Amino acid sequence: MAITELSLYQQAILLLAGLIALTSFLMLGQSRLSRLVLIFAIQGCLLAAATALAASVLNYPHLYVSAALSFLLKGLVIPILLQRLIHRMGLHRVMDTIDHPARVMMAGTALVVFSYYVSLPVVQHSTLVTLNAIAVSLAVVLLGMLLMITRRQAVAHVVGFMSIENGLFFAAVVATYGMPMVVELGVAFDVLVAAVVFGVFFFQIRSSIDSLNVDQLSKLSEVDQ
Amino acid sequence: MIAVYLLLAVPLAGTVLLAWRGDRPEAGRLNSRLNALALAASVWLAIDVLINGPELSFDQLLYIDSYNVYLVALTAFVGLTTSVFSGPYMAHEREIGRVTAKRLRLYYAMYQGFMLAMYLVLTTNNMGVLWVSMEGATLATVLLVSLYRTPESVEAAWKYFILCGVGIAQALFGTVLLYFAAEQKLGVGGDALLWTVLHDHAAQLDPAILSLAFVFLLVGYGTKIGLVPLHQWLPDAHSEGPTPMSAILSGLLLNDALYAVVRCKMLVDGSLGTHLAGNLMMGFGLLSFLVASLFLHRQTDIKRLFSYSSIEHMGLMTFAFGVGSPWATFAALFHMTTHSLTKSAIFVTVGHAAQLAGTQRMDRIRGLILTQPAIGWGLLVGTVAIAGFPPFGVFASEFLVLVATMHDYPWLTPLLLLGIGLAFAGLFRHIQPMVYGDVPEGQKPIEANLTPVMVHLALVLWLGLSIPGFLGNWFNQATHLISGAWPQ
Repeated sequence: MAITELSLYQQAILLLAGLIALTSFLMLGQSRLSRLVLIFAIQGCLLAAATALAASVLNYPHLYVSAALSFLLKGLVIPILLQRLIHRMGLHRVMDTIDHPARVMMAGTALVVFSYYVSLPVVQHSTLVTLNAIAVSLAVVLLGMLLMITRRQAVAHVVGFMSIENGLFFAAVVATYGMPMVVELGVAFDVLVAAVVFGVFFFQIRSSIDSLNVDQLSKLSEVDQ
Repeated sequence: MIAVYLLLAVPLAGTVLLAWRGDRPEAGRLNSRLNALALAASVWLAIDVLINGPELSFDQLLYIDSYNVYLVALTAFVGLTTSVFSGPYMAHEREIGRVTAKRLRLYYAMYQGFMLAMYLVLTTNNMGVLWVSMEGATLATVLLVSLYRTPESVEAAWKYFILCGVGIAQALFGTVLLYFAAEQKLGVGGDALLWTVLHDHAAQLDPAILSLAFVFLLVGYGTKIGLVPLHQWLPDAHSEGPTPMSAILSGLLLNDALYAVVRCKMLVDGSLGTHLAGNLMMGFGLLSFLVASLFLHRQTDIKRLFSYSSIEHMGLMTFAFGVGSPWATFAALFHMTTHSLTKSAIFVTVGHAAQLAGTQRMDRIRGLILTQPAIGWGLLVGTVAIAGFPPFGVFASEFLVLVATMHDYPWLTPLLLLGIGLAFAGLFRHIQPMVYGDVPEGQKPIEANLTPVMVHLALVLWLGLSIPGFLGNWFNQATHLISGAWPQ
């Protein structure tokens, strides 16, 4: 099916899906922590925009609540919280070096291809939009995991963790028009609590190893005890 | 149905109450009283279900059948006995200055919060709420693991948080896929995530999407069960957190995560009509079982030792649920019960042994039976029970697993026997010197409350000798629900 044959709504969703995947790649390549958080905030806003768009076009009013929640939590509260923590801990100039940027990017690309391959069985039953939504959200989830694997700073791990949740929400909105309200609220509550717990942990980690470089958290292991 | 609401209201009120007054000396007793109340509610619920059959709340959010009602009762029981132990234990930790008043408050509030999340996991009818409460349980226990604020405990809690958070995110993706599949058939609306609705329409759901969803659900909840290779957080979290928490993690959280996987398996089986879900579970389970029994041999920390034993037993249960025949399912349900009771009893004794010796290193814990015979015997008998010796219940349930495997997959039985043998050797080479050995200097008896241990071990012994009628009835009905046939 040619892209021009799709309705405007579907084209807009595909554009947003592409942009969300792009922000995931930008995060993967960004080594300055405060910019990483900024890109994360942009991803949250894109997610909120996609949700609001779906709500208005498909006429599911409960999606507006979900859009507002996404915007408030992922676009504002959590990024601001993280930025303030970064400044309070003097990390805003810290570069989180990535060992092999080119290889990381190639691995990211491979993950996107893999996501499309995995979602192929779904295509037989649904439209182009749902296939893209499921493949892109799976890709965002996997890219978030890759981000967590390749970084050393605890802040980058939190951003990766939260962007995984972004990917899941995107799937929930575009493929299934949002989860039931009780689930949506519960997940939002969990994300908020997790953000607070992360904040608490930053201070605990710093007081125990004097930095937020979690590579130094390596006392517990099965090797050579 | 009132019993369910009571069951959920008690820990909810307890969380608030103990967050407010948890630093008082009587907080430990208050905690056990709240748990006793919850146990009473769960017994009421159990009797209700036994007489009236499965119950669905009017808003369809809560659902109780014979499969989850016995887990609710087990959760409430282990929650109570562990809280009886944790009162004096935490008072001792407060005395020696390992925790402050503020953290004690956090501990008690999170204990109740964890119990609330566990009850919600078991009683909810909504697969999404199940996920939310599972994540809630993670958040509650993460704060408990880092309670002592040592570098090791912070590291363990961070690992636990990241690994389980990422793992359980996969389960949410699986849930989204499940909802996607259901919505195509059932239409948009809140009903498409209700377990009762999904189960009734399982045959209509798209098999391709459901098998994809099950992979994500198994990986996600499997992280919480502690399946190899996603088990890395488990020994760290168990060894660095306070001991009562290890007891409830091993005795309850792992069980409830397995409960979630089995619920998902029931859906996928109904849709696919093949053994895909079972095969995946058998593979993961067997791998966990064998790897964990090997790792038992190289432990130096007593709590790590028993956390690997938990991985081993959870692997065996996952395997047995994967085999999926009525007898294997019956055995797995039975093993869930015996393992929970035994393992929480062991962690209670281990906590006392570590307090007695002032360390968790096994080469410094010696001669328990001479210093304080009750603890020494408790540890010895507990280990004998968990290693699967007759006449304890674990023997009976492991034997049933073996028989069921022999029937369906005879070529896998040698592997199971090998794992059981390895685990037995791994446990006893460490336990023997700790219990008998020479007493090191300066070891003095401590005030220990071993009633929970006695009660648990007595129950396990009883289960090994005979299964009481009502329990067998529950197991039979649950087996019927899960495997679709009665055990013959």
